[in-house]
Amino acid sequence: MRLVIRKDFEAVSYHVAKYVKERIKEFAPTASKPFVLGLPTGSSPVGVYRNLVKFHQAGELSFQHIITFNMDEYVGLPRDHPESYHSFMWSNLFKHVDILPENVHILDGNATDLDLECQRYEEKIAAVGGIELFLGGIGPDGHIAFNEPGSSLNSRTRVKTLAYDTIVANARFFDNDITKVPNLALTVGVATVMDAREVCIIITGAHKALALAKCIEEGVNHMWTVSAIQLHPRGMVVCDEDATLELHVKTVNYFKSIEKVHEQLIGSDNVGLQGGVRSWRGGAESTYHQ
Amino acid sequence: MQYPVALQTNALTSAPASPEPSTPISDNEPKVIKITNCKILRDRKIVEHDALWIQGGKIIDPHKFFWYQKRLPDTVLDAGGLLVVPGFIEAQINGAFGVDFSVPSDHDTYEKDLLKVNRGLLKYGTTSYCPTIVSSSAAVYHKVLSHLKPRAGSAATGATMLGAHVEGPFINEARIGAHELKVLQASAKNGYSDFKDVYGLEGETPEAQSKLSHENLNSVKIITCAPELEGIMESIPDLVKAGITVSVGHSMANISQAEQAVQNGATFITHLFNAMPQFHHRDPGVIGLLGSRFDLPRPYYGLICDGIHVHPNSVKIAYDSHPEGVILVTDAMSAMGLSPGNYQLGNMNVTKEEDRVYIEGTDTLAGSVITLDACIRNFIQFTSCTLIEALEAVTLHPAVLLGIQDTKGVIKPGADADLVFLDDDLFVKRVFVAGEEVELDSIDVEVTEKF
Repeated sequence: MRLVIRKDFEAVSYHVAKYVKERIKEFAPTASKPFVLGLPTGSSPVGVYRNLVKFHQAGELSFQHIITFNMDEYVGLPRDHPESYHSFMWSNLFKHVDILPENVHILDGNATDLDLECQRYEEKIAAVGGIELFLGGIGPDGHIAFNEPGSSLNSRTRVKTLAYDTIVANARFFDNDITKVPNLALTVGVATVMDAREVCIIITGAHKALALAKCIEEGVNHMWTVSAIQLHPRGMVVCDEDATLELHVKTVNYFKSIEKVHEQLIGSDNVGLQGGVRSWRGGAESTYHQ
Repeated sequence: MQYPVALQTNALTSAPASPEPSTPISDNEPKVIKITNCKILRDRKIVEHDALWIQGGKIIDPHKFFWYQKRLPDTVLDAGGLLVVPGFIEAQINGAFGVDFSVPSDHDTYEKDLLKVNRGLLKYGTTSYCPTIVSSSAAVYHKVLSHLKPRAGSAATGATMLGAHVEGPFINEARIGAHELKVLQASAKNGYSDFKDVYGLEGETPEAQSKLSHENLNSVKIITCAPELEGIMESIPDLVKAGITVSVGHSMANISQAEQAVQNGATFITHLFNAMPQFHHRDPGVIGLLGSRFDLPRPYYGLICDGIHVHPNSVKIAYDSHPEGVILVTDAMSAMGLSPGNYQLGNMNVTKEEDRVYIEGTDTLAGSVITLDACIRNFIQFTSCTLIEALEAVTLHPAVLLGIQDTKGVIKPGADADLVFLDDDLFVKRVFVAGEEVELDSIDVEVTEKF
């Protein structure tokens, strides 16, 4: 797992957006080989979407051959409701870019058969060859999507009851009235996210510092569902300085030193996007050879 | 790894969980235009980096369009970062481009002139308006009003006509302004039927007229009258019932008469400060309506914002006391829109300068020649109000006054796609009427000079 630490929310958002852009460029998607992107909602990705829209407007990024799958949606909330995740995705990303409507997938929280809707969703993901890159945020209790503490780390897309904490936290979007917050949601499972060929988690703010520490410094644990990322071969967490408050200095320094080594000794142009080192050009200058 | 072309839905093993609430697209479904890269005035905010969808002459909710119909726009139009606002609505304009609405002529000439004005007004961002008729004889009303029933605008035929604003003849001769004394009506003793007879209203009763108004078959939209004249005050409820907006103007009403008029249903003040007594602190008259107590709705008021008919400081005083009520009007006469020069307009010889017009050879003003876009710029300069407030004074406010805020004066799904694109200095750059772009450069409104 990689941990990338940036100064603040803006820098994190820019880094992740640029990373997504570069990954898509490297992938060179076409109509027959689309790039499949998993997307979150909430406060974490807003800055990323803003930057992606900017890239699109500057002509640096097209969504023509991108297929998206969103993580979750409330049950029973009309699709047009301003707090639905359909509305969120529409206003923050889709309406600004050239994505094709048929390439966009969000769970239908108004489906007559919710279980079937969830099953179909997994099938749809499989039908396009799985997700290439899953972006995610995290709640203060370490949940990913609506996989609240205690969710199986092997869970798939399903109906989920929201934790009281989540309902309270989301009340701010529903006139601060917890009775108006839907208490059911459809969500991809932890395993659905971890099945992606790459996972990138955004964690910002001091209020998520404990979650970050629990998820990467302690064991894999269903009480902090993002900790499953420890088992992913290509996992990346991008966080800001504030979110590192609960980490050991050792942990922070280690991950910072990785970037430093990459830059100073190897050269950033010699490092693959996913952190792989193409060649060790410092070899000739190394003391062993003198 | 092999990727399928797109979603192979038929390869799914299970049936759909629920039918998509999608609307099938028929072959003759109107084209969809997306206007992108613009700032938009909507919901009383200016939204940056937004986009706007138009279909069949209306603004549509793209959210539904995207999710339900799974459609993309047929045309994407780059607005180049301009500010997109609802088309302007003008409640009081007597004529323009050499045309005077109050002067009858043969049918074809009048229609030709009307087309010229309807198209010409688009240059200034006015996409709907109430052609205004000064106090006239019944014969003149019957003739000209037959041309002025509401009609929807288009890029080819120009601005939407909302029905006429008849200014007079039930006005006070002590505040006659530039109207003609001999056509004034000193009273309306018989109430609604006097109005019906003078204007030639088709509805026999207020109820019948109201029905016509709903069907856009009413020629009269606004009546300016003086409530202190005999019979007027009692007629106001009937006029309101008939679907007509009643405006107090050319009046000597004292404050209690003015408030009674509002109580009875008047919702507008015609060109505030002009053709009414000056503000007096013991009896503030019609102007005093801006200070009405909270139990009385304060009316909208028209302000001629050319800096001449109302001093900039007076504009600011009015705005500061009742900002939500202001409606900018030009009250323009027929020389509006003409290049500077000498013209013969009706039986009057005038000299037009850039922003004013004189009786030829004198320094007597012959009326206002301000354009509505210039009124907005002046208003911001005079009052230091926000851009949104200034724009609402020519969009939302007149729309609410006239009860057309569901389709005009707003940018929201279901509203008519009458749009004005403004640059940073608030000059009109592009105009859409009913979803169609107008070729502003091809609008020819020139009138030959007298020489």
